[in-house]
Amino acid sequence: MNIKNKIKIKVNGKKIIFDNNASIEKLTKKLKIPLNKVAIELNKKILDKKKLKKIKLNNDDMIEIVHFIGGG
Amino acid sequence: MKKKDFLKIANKKFQSRLIVGTGKYKSMIECAKAIKISGAEIVTVAVRRVNIVDKNKPLLMDYIDPKKITYLPNTAGCFNSEEALRTLRLAREIGGWKLVKLEVLGDKKNLFPDMIETLKSTEVLKREGFEVMVYCNDDPLMAKRLENAGASAIMPLAAPIGSGLGIQNKLNIKIIRDQTKLPLIIDAGIGTASDASIAMEMGCDGVLINTAIAKAKIPLQMAEAMKYAVIAGRKSFLSGRIKKNTYGNPSSPKKGII
Repeated sequence: MNIKNKIKIKVNGKKIIFDNNASIEKLTKKLKIPLNKVAIELNKKILDKKKLKKIKLNNDDMIEIVHFIGGG
Repeated sequence: MKKKDFLKIANKKFQSRLIVGTGKYKSMIECAKAIKISGAEIVTVAVRRVNIVDKNKPLLMDYIDPKKITYLPNTAGCFNSEEALRTLRLAREIGGWKLVKLEVLGDKKNLFPDMIETLKSTEVLKREGFEVMVYCNDDPLMAKRLENAGASAIMPLAAPIGSGLGIQNKLNIKIIRDQTKLPLIIDAGIGTASDASIAMEMGCDGVLINTAIAKAKIPLQMAEAMKYAVIAGRKSFLSGRIKKNTYGNPSSPKKGII
């Protein structure tokens, strides 16, 4: 693994090593996220799910991916 | 009885006046069955992190179709306005949900709402185009303020969340009923079917029940009981009950007694 081409990010509180300059779309594909059932935040900003391809990941980015679960 | 008796919230009509929470069930299958049996058309749901480790974990949307049942995203577990707003903005992004349940808690033990933060959040959400159903305490003054801030429904607690104590302060609920034209929905504290009927007989527009169904010994049977309790209470309210009398009044005619 060439460390130079890698970045450290946090997804839902979990540290992940990912490809430098990769898009959020690539990350969601890798994690097999059903995009129609989630919302995504990058560094506390909500992302437009239609633009995930254009948004590149950077070192230390914090990503939150949420969905609906049972609740009262 | 009126021919068509709907629960109308934010210009949407619902036939069922029972809103069901989707938490605390043994499984998603049981939850989905309980919703079906209860006849509920609105269910509350929570917003939480996706499990990125175990991708095969079942998803709520696979069991409860949001096209058939109205999802009401909530802010359960939020203790300030910032957290609540963040949660509901995310909920909207999941699929365009604008009808939401705001719940800003102020105390971890009794789960009473923080009404200052709740009011602040209601104002912001309304400005952002949300339709906000608001979990609140049973204070008529705060209920009025929420109404003035543009709430879509007032949802006072009957008793602490999950307590099952039934309506503890009927007087305040009655005062809120008399003063508001907004949908008034009892949001917490229902323990058994008669509690739901009492709320409806008092003229509330609906009840929201989670624990009383999910944690009953036989949840599916309780879901059915709650369905009929809400219908019975509503019909009783619309029918106009008899006056309470101190003394007896025979039901059979006195004339012709042998």
